[in-house]
Amino acid sequence: MDTYNARMDAAGILRNGLRDQNPGLVQLLGLCPLLAVSTSVASALGLGLATIAVLVTSNAIAATAGRWLLPEVRLAVFVLAIAGAVTAVELSMAAWWPGLHDTLGIFLPLIVTNCLVLARAESFASRNSLPRALLDGFAMGLGFMLVLLALGASRELLGRGTLGADMHLLLGETARGAGLRIFDERHGLLLALLPPGAFLLLGLMLAWRNRRPQKGA
Amino acid sequence: MATRSAERPRLRPLRAATMLAVAAVCTVGLVSVVHDITRPRIEASERARRVAQLAAVLGSARYDNDLLADVVTVRDPELLGTDEPLPVHRARLGDRPVAALLVAVAPDGYAGAIRLLVAVAPDGRLLGVRVLSHKETPGLGDAIDSRRSGWIGAFAGRSLEDPREDRWKVRKDGGDFDQLTGATVTPRAVVRAVRNALVYFDRHRDALLAQPAEPPASAGSRGR
Repeated sequence: MDTYNARMDAAGILRNGLRDQNPGLVQLLGLCPLLAVSTSVASALGLGLATIAVLVTSNAIAATAGRWLLPEVRLAVFVLAIAGAVTAVELSMAAWWPGLHDTLGIFLPLIVTNCLVLARAESFASRNSLPRALLDGFAMGLGFMLVLLALGASRELLGRGTLGADMHLLLGETARGAGLRIFDERHGLLLALLPPGAFLLLGLMLAWRNRRPQKGA
Repeated sequence: MATRSAERPRLRPLRAATMLAVAAVCTVGLVSVVHDITRPRIEASERARRVAQLAAVLGSARYDNDLLADVVTVRDPELLGTDEPLPVHRARLGDRPVAALLVAVAPDGYAGAIRLLVAVAPDGRLLGVRVLSHKETPGLGDAIDSRRSGWIGAFAGRSLEDPREDRWKVRKDGGDFDQLTGATVTPRAVVRAVRNALVYFDRHRDALLAQPAEPPASAGSRGR
C-alpha cells in the first residue's frame, strides 16, 4: 500500500486511515497518549477529537504552504504550524470544556509530540492537494480515535464496570449520570486501569488485527 | 527568468530565513488571537472551579463573602507539610467568621504528596475535608477522593478534642478512623495531615480569622 500514491481515490484515503495504515494498530504512532489517556470513553473521545482537529489543521497548512516552501525550512515551518494548532486547540478546550481539559492534563499539549501529526504533514499533505490532505487528516485522526475509543471503552468497562460514566466532562452537566453501569465498581479489574492493562489490551487488539496469516508467508 | 531568486543560489538562505520568519509571525498571530478570545472564558471557568471547590468543603455552612478575595497566605513546613506558601481562604456571614479554609499537604502519601483542603469552624470543629490532588493508586488509595468513596466525610464534626490525641489515627494504629481496603499508608498520611492542620489552626486562630487589613476591593485594585 503506497501512501504517496497520487491516484489513490477518496475511499482509498479513508481506508488507509481506518484500516490499512491505521495509526494505532499498524503504524504504531502516538502510543504514549494512546495508552495513557484511554482510561475512559469520555477522555478517549476528548483526546481523539482534539487529535483530529490538530491533524486536519496541520494537514491543511502543509498542503497549502508545502509546495512554496524550500526543503531547508519545510519541516521547521510544519513544526511551527503544528505547535500553533495544538496551542489553539488546548486553549479552546480550556475555555469550553474545562473538566475535560483537566482530565486530559499534560496529554493535550503533548499532541504536539505525536509523530503521527508531523508524519502526515510531511509524507502526505505536503505532496497532495488541499481536499485530499484534509480527508487524509480526518481519516488518520478518526482511525486513531477509534482505537482510542476501543481501548477506553474496554478499560472503563473492565476496570470500573461503566461505559461513558464521565461524559459530563465532554457534554456538560446535563449529561451527568448518563453513562451505563454494567456491574458494580468493586468487581472491577484494577489492572485494566493501570498502564500494564493498557499495554495488554493494545497487544490483544494488535493480535486480532494480525490474526490472518500473511499472504505467501 | 535569470532574475528569479530561485535560480540565484546565494539568495537561498535569505529566502529560507524569510519563510521561517513569516511562518513564525503567522503562528504567533494565530495563537494570540485564540488566546484573546478564550481568556475571559478560561478565567471565568477557573474562578467557578475554585469557588465550587471551596464551597464543596464548607458543606451546608452559609456564607456571603467572596471566598476567592478573602485570603491570607501562610507558611509552616512542619504543620502544613510543605515549604511553599499556602493560601487560607475565609468564609464569613456578615462580620462573623464562618470558617477558615486551609490548604494542607500530606507529604507522606503512598505515591507522593496529597494536597487537602480543610475547612475549620471558629470553634475548632472540622466542617469538612476534601482532596485537591493526589497520585494514589487507582482503586485502592484513591478512595480518599470524595468522588470515589465517602471516606473523607468521616472528618466532618471532628476536632482536636474529638477524638483524643492518641485516637487521632487509623484503626490499625489504635485510632478512631477507618483505613481503606488494601491501603493503609494513604489514610494514615491524610489523618495525620488533617490533625496537623487543626493544630496549626489552634495556634494561629485569631490571625487566620481576622478581618482583612483593608477591604478586598481596594486590595485588588492596588494589585493591578
